[in-house]
Amino acid sequence: MPLLELKNVHTYYGNIHALKGISLSVEEGEIVTLIGSNGAGKSTTLRTISGLLRPRYGEILFKGERIDHLPPHKIVELGVIQVPEGRRIFPRLTVRENLEIGAFLRKDKAEIARDMERVFHLFPRLYERLNQRGGTLSGGEQQMLAIGRALMGRPRVLLLDEPSMGLAPVLVEQIFGIISDINAQGTTILLVEQNALMALAIAHRGYVLQTGEIVLADTAQALRENKLVQHAYLGVG
Amino acid sequence: MAVEATTGAELILTRRSFRSFMSEVFGPLLQVFLFVVGSAVALGGVVILLAVVLRGTREDIDLLQGTITILPQVIVDGLVRGFLYATIALGYTMVYGVLEFINFAHGEIFMVGAFVGAFFGAALASSGMLTTINPILFVIAAVLLGMAVSGLLAMSVERIAYRPLRNAPRLVPLISAIGVSLVLQDVMRMIAVNTGLGFNAQFRTPDLGQPLVLAHMPIADERTIPVSVDSRSLIFIVVAILMLIGLNYLVNITKLGTAIRAVAQDRPTASLMGIDVNRVIAITFLIGGALGGAAGILFGMRVGTINPYVGFLPGLKAFTAAVLGGIGNITGAMVGGIVLGFLEAFVASYLSLFTRGQFSGASYADIVAFSILILILIFRPSGLLGEVVAQKV
Ligand SMILES: Nc1ncnc2c1ncn2[C@@H]1O[C@H](COP(=O)(O)OP(=O)(O)OP(=O)(O)O)[C@@H](O)[C@H]1O
Ligand SMILES: [Mg+2]
Repeated sequence: MPLLELKNVHTYYGNIHALKGISLSVEEGEIVTLIGSNGAGKSTTLRTISGLLRPRYGEILFKGERIDHLPPHKIVELGVIQVPEGRRIFPRLTVRENLEIGAFLRKDKAEIARDMERVFHLFPRLYERLNQRGGTLSGGEQQMLAIGRALMGRPRVLLLDEPSMGLAPVLVEQIFGIISDINAQGTTILLVEQNALMALAIAHRGYVLQTGEIVLADTAQALRENKLVQHAYLGVG
Repeated sequence: MAVEATTGAELILTRRSFRSFMSEVFGPLLQVFLFVVGSAVALGGVVILLAVVLRGTREDIDLLQGTITILPQVIVDGLVRGFLYATIALGYTMVYGVLEFINFAHGEIFMVGAFVGAFFGAALASSGMLTTINPILFVIAAVLLGMAVSGLLAMSVERIAYRPLRNAPRLVPLISAIGVSLVLQDVMRMIAVNTGLGFNAQFRTPDLGQPLVLAHMPIADERTIPVSVDSRSLIFIVVAILMLIGLNYLVNITKLGTAIRAVAQDRPTASLMGIDVNRVIAITFLIGGALGGAAGILFGMRVGTINPYVGFLPGLKAFTAAVLGGIGNITGAMVGGIVLGFLEAFVASYLSLFTRGQFSGASYADIVAFSILILILIFRPSGLLGEVVAQKV
């Protein structure tokens, strides 16, 4: 049984049909990537999984149980945690408060402190900026904070929406390395990316999304070698 | 190594509690205090200067002496008005912070609080306990009762009249709020008239003690006059300060407070943190309503007689105070309340003194106070402390 599964999911914005029957699955321990160009529906897919949008048809299952009727905070409670597009740091909370709010549903103080330590280990820069307001961080620092904040919730599945957006190449490498590490430590990941090259380098499997429909699904290696993917998303040929 | 790391992080957390407790609870209050002192000094300076300038034009009285004689009383009056507006303004500003919505029924939440106190006093009187109850106990019980009823009422109003309209165009909940405010006025009138409390309800209290004499101020020829605060004003100021400390603690230190601020800054993202946004909004109404209820009790206790329409003007002025301070900004609401209260108190007392009583009474005070207010807002459109709202992304 997959950890997270979408079955024929249709999502609308008013009468704009944004997702036209998405089906995908993420197994425990995997990194699965969802690639596609602007407006393909990648963020819409993640927002639908998190309960920010309601699918009009279809089912979303977590560990075999339907979650598509649950409000967002209940979905987070199950361990499905999203790093939203554009980071969405709370600008007037300090770095520390942003991290603490990531652990909002948890009560285990000692464990929270340990996880915060782990986040500082991944992103030492955040430790240096502890009492600075989130809104005053640089874009790269905000991305670190957004990932750190999500980790504070102890995700079972981490949904990442374009973590490389707007970052310098060195930082992109670093962030992808960290995503791999997080996965290696046992967190399942669904990674949305426009940077297909990097995404397919660390993912186990991938889906290609085009105008609200999945047009390809395969292992990351097979997708890297696929002519269409190379042409459309990897800038080859 | 791992153990060391853990204690390290826990140390960070504990150190944080103490330092931020001081800066986040008392920082805003210090700011409020500075505005209190600043307003008193600035306005006091202006009236003394005016008195010196106008002194020669008056033969009937010594204007300067008259000005200085009433100054302490005016400052106390300014404080009481200021804290009244501040505590009500907090309800407007907190709700605006999370919903960007002006809860125009908040003045009526305040009025209901005042009536809860009147009912409480009447109930005690009819059971003969009013004369025997400890006055401090009475104040505490009345305030808590008013907070509970008004808080729950505000929360119910949100659930019934605002939440279903959350996604409607912005004007719709506003109209709903005006409707709620009319309903609350008339329902309260119905209850008051039919329970024997009466339209003009008396707010009965036990004997709250004599005025507290703070000092004796010398005037001419070795005579002195006492500078005193009446006990009801003193209770008002003390309870208001305690509530402001409590609120700052709640909002700036606790997890719930962080959640409230997160919801105010970015609602969808707050829900991605596992925050039940509807619950946080309901709690925000509960807190704002409770503060309004407490303000109602203190107000009723001080004025002695209330009616179902007493919420309108203080509500409107508190809303103004919230805008003056920078709507959505909690410290701003307190500061705005203080500044407005002082402006009013000074204008109400000194306009009459300087014009030989030709312009006396609160109506002129409103004109002058609000003109000054408009001036402040022309030069600082986002309010005295409004940067925080402007920064919102
Ligand atoms: N709030 C909205 N209202 C109406 N239409 C929307 C809304 N958000 C997205 N859409 C539309 O839905 C489609 C999918 O958008 P989505 O944000 O999911 O794309 P995306 O794949 O994440 O793109 P990008 O890579 O640019 O972030 C687009 O056509 C977009 O215009
Ligand atoms: Mg997107």
